[in-house]
Amino acid sequence: MEGLLNFLTGLAVVLIAMVLFSVRRSHIRVEYSVSWLGAALTLLVVSRLHPVLVRLAALMGIGQPPLALLTLVGCLFLLVLFRLSVIISKLKDSNIAMAQRLAIVEYHLRSLHEENQTHG
Amino acid sequence: MSLAAEPSALLIVVPAFNEEEAIGQVVREIRATAPGVPVLVIDDCSVDGTAALARAAGAEVLPLPHHLGLGGAVQAGYKLAFELGYEYVIRMDGDGQHDPRFIPKILEALRTSSCQMVIGSRYLDGGAEHTSFARGLGIRFFRLVLRPILGREVRDPTSGFVGVNREALQVFSRSFPLEYPEIETLVVLQRKAFRFVEVPCRMRQRLAGRSTITALRSLYYIAHVLLGVFVNVLKYERKRKKR
Repeated sequence: MEGLLNFLTGLAVVLIAMVLFSVRRSHIRVEYSVSWLGAALTLLVVSRLHPVLVRLAALMGIGQPPLALLTLVGCLFLLVLFRLSVIISKLKDSNIAMAQRLAIVEYHLRSLHEENQTHG
Repeated sequence: MSLAAEPSALLIVVPAFNEEEAIGQVVREIRATAPGVPVLVIDDCSVDGTAALARAAGAEVLPLPHHLGLGGAVQAGYKLAFELGYEYVIRMDGDGQHDPRFIPKILEALRTSSCQMVIGSRYLDGGAEHTSFARGLGIRFFRLVLRPILGREVRDPTSGFVGVNREALQVFSRSFPLEYPEIETLVVLQRKAFRFVEVPCRMRQRLAGRSTITALRSLYYIAHVLLGVFVNVLKYERKRKKR
């Protein structure tokens, strides 16, 4: 089981490094990196603090602490994915509204241009 | 040609995506059947000659900057029509399935029925001979689903041959289902206490292309539309309780 905990610690470190690197390269905006960093830090802390992990497993009613950690990680990442789905949905709505507005404004501009050409 | 609206004017809106084989004929037929009525083709970022052919046939074209899907394209047309002051809009498909000879019938119903929406229905007068078995089955299923929600039967809930008046135009400019909008639109209307009427229409075989709803997609379609209907009903119930 120690091997699994070490693997999860390594996964958390890699995830934190990836997120920080991506933020630095502007591949992820800071506000969207927060949920990933929060999830990775939780994974790192809980995988290294054995008493916390044991207590957590007892609270969750799971006999194996690493299994409790995996369940927790799964839940955390589900929450992150859900939050991202909410963000994507809002962005899609704004994007559609903006595309429609752009098309309509372009249409009005073209009509004005044609009108000017007719009268000019 | 300008789309400036006359008082109590009608606009024909045709959403189109890669319909170059049909769009020219569709626009010409509409213009021949309803002379003087402006036709607005919403080009949903087609990669073929749809926009050019629609213009050549005498339509105004509203080109979208990227592909929005059917609902987004129709709503763009509704928004423009509302801004330009149109009183009535009739939406027709760009593949030629909707027969323009029924435009006067839909317009007359819009003007005289005091309903906010008029649906061209293939099931009122035996106009469904070109409807596939699977689609027919889906239509019957949604009839059953919608009956208790709407409190009445709608014979052709998936028809895209639809006319709306300015009241509905205002609502749909603000809120319109983006994918597979026909059925959800009925629930939106119900939430607003608006009314609709069906008039008999004949559907034809599409002039070109194939339906985007394949066998596999039809399952997604059913799940998507059911969820959309359910969400709209929940929204309506919440608002009703608040009142």
